[in-house]
Amino acid sequence: MNLIEFFTAFPEMSAENLRLFKKSVDGAYRNFSAKYGDAIEAVFDPVLYFLVWFEKLLHNSPWPLVILALLGLVYLGSRSIYLTIGSLFAFLFIGYFGMWDDTMSTVSIIGVCTALTIGFGIPVGILMSGSDRARAMITPILDVMQTMPSFVYLIPVVMLLGIGKIPGLLAVIIYAIPPVIRLTDLGIREVNKEVLEAADAFGANRMQKLFRVQLPLALPTIFAGINQTIMMALAMVVIASMIGVKGLGQPVLKAITNQYFTMGLLNGLAIVALAIIFDRVSQSYGKRMQQHRAGANE
Amino acid sequence: MSEIKIKIENLYKIFGPRAREYTNKVKGGIDKDELLAKYNHVLGLDDINLDINEQSIQVVMGLSGSGKSTLIRHINRLIEPTEGTVLVDGEDITKLNKSDLLEFRRNKTGMVFQRFALFPHHNILDNVQFGLSIKNLDKSESKDKAMYWIEKVGLTGFENKFPNQLSGGMQQRVGLARALAIDPDILLMDEAFSALDPLIRTDMQDQLLDLQKNLKKTIIFITHDLDEALKLGDRIAILNGGKLVQDGNAEEILLNPADDYVSNFVKDVNRIKVLKIGSIMNADGNKNESNPSVMIDESIENCLPTMLESESGLNVVDSEKNFVGVISKNNIAEILRKSKD
Repeated sequence: MNLIEFFTAFPEMSAENLRLFKKSVDGAYRNFSAKYGDAIEAVFDPVLYFLVWFEKLLHNSPWPLVILALLGLVYLGSRSIYLTIGSLFAFLFIGYFGMWDDTMSTVSIIGVCTALTIGFGIPVGILMSGSDRARAMITPILDVMQTMPSFVYLIPVVMLLGIGKIPGLLAVIIYAIPPVIRLTDLGIREVNKEVLEAADAFGANRMQKLFRVQLPLALPTIFAGINQTIMMALAMVVIASMIGVKGLGQPVLKAITNQYFTMGLLNGLAIVALAIIFDRVSQSYGKRMQQHRAGANE
Repeated sequence: MSEIKIKIENLYKIFGPRAREYTNKVKGGIDKDELLAKYNHVLGLDDINLDINEQSIQVVMGLSGSGKSTLIRHINRLIEPTEGTVLVDGEDITKLNKSDLLEFRRNKTGMVFQRFALFPHHNILDNVQFGLSIKNLDKSESKDKAMYWIEKVGLTGFENKFPNQLSGGMQQRVGLARALAIDPDILLMDEAFSALDPLIRTDMQDQLLDLQKNLKKTIIFITHDLDEALKLGDRIAILNGGKLVQDGNAEEILLNPADDYVSNFVKDVNRIKVLKIGSIMNADGNKNESNPSVMIDESIENCLPTMLESESGLNVVDSEKNFVGVISKNNIAEILRKSKD
């Protein structure tokens, strides 16, 4: 009788214990955030200042100047006149339909987020490529970061830092940083062993090998990672808007809750336009770097 | 006799996590196959003793897996020995600390690789400059040096091209220039010409010999090709299963192979082309004034026509035209018969 019960109903912990467990973990975390929340928030102050400064810069500069600067970057990155003209029309469309300010907010958060992911992701990737133990430790963390539903880690972030730009930025970075780390690691590990041996044979030390051989040869792969990171960051814009990040996500959110189809579509299209521009520019830049790195022929 | 540049003594290399424990087993007579089957460790080098003369070309030869690439990597310590010493100019390389080892590699050895191993993201100039830039040499000085070597190997005009824009032979010239640019005493060439097609290969061999006339480097040249070994090597060391089975000049290897492995190796060699008159002449013979003379370092093949026209044989003279011996048709017939067996 008991045996049958064992097989039909999972022997789960009692409801009372489970409730206690959840309560004590939540309580402990609440205490932690009450105690250290401000201190941790202070750590992010410089990032916040920079983010606000950058956003204001984009907002307050005359729009033709901003468009000109953006188009300049597009051309420098892609060397394609068609893409530059396409981008011009995209920006004009965005401005004409009243989405200029939101778009600039999104561009600023994506820009800062990309800079931060590169700044953190590449060193972590280098660390991972140099040690199998580091790789074994970091890989599962990256898996969690990529697959954990973002709402779940938004809870502790909001508990700790409240609602606003910084928690939004953190959420975006957590979601978007894994590709840069993974592809930096992969790119460095993929560098031809014979070429590395040659660097060794000429007496290159670790840093010389890293900066003169490994990183330059891994750069196209790393750039593929940066490209993915930007795309994923853009995909997070709507979710980040739920915790108070300004930008194209907020009107989309408003459109969802109020069933404003046109408003949702227009802002969605603006995100798509940004994504396509970022993607094409970073891809063609990555391709240009690849030119001579494909390896010498036999 | 010239000075010994590199002295390798009792060198053992076993690949595997417990290499040190098994050196005694190897010393006790276990061979490569047994070590692998019983203990799952690979025997790379088994008690190598080799003296390499200054300014000479030492060829190291053997089939794949014989340990020749492992041996050459002990000279700049790209591979750590399990036991033994490698002395370069009397200094034990195996005892160098990390920074001294880097200095040693930066100044004393240049290496050329089988598959070129050029840096694909650098143009030819920067490839050739690589060793100099690692030493943090002044930029214009290192450029001058690099350009000099690019010219020496015949690649002027290609300095702004990238490796993947060059043919295999040209790429290996870049590899050679890159190694020579740091002006090393020792040039390590790991099957440097094996990946090239036959015509280019012969070309590169000639170019190397030509350069060596002025450079007088100590060259260690790895190859699995006997013709290449005989053409280039002042001395030839033959490895089998990690053991050094014979070290000698071309004549010694051809005329007195140390074991079956070596004789198998050399059995198809065209002896009259490779052997010099000096190695088969009769030094006790009397001079016959009516016979023509040949030089002692001439190949047998080259004096065959003179020999066939002559009645009773030839006088052999050295480079100062002093009489040193005689050679008869019988001497040559004997060599031809030997190579047929």
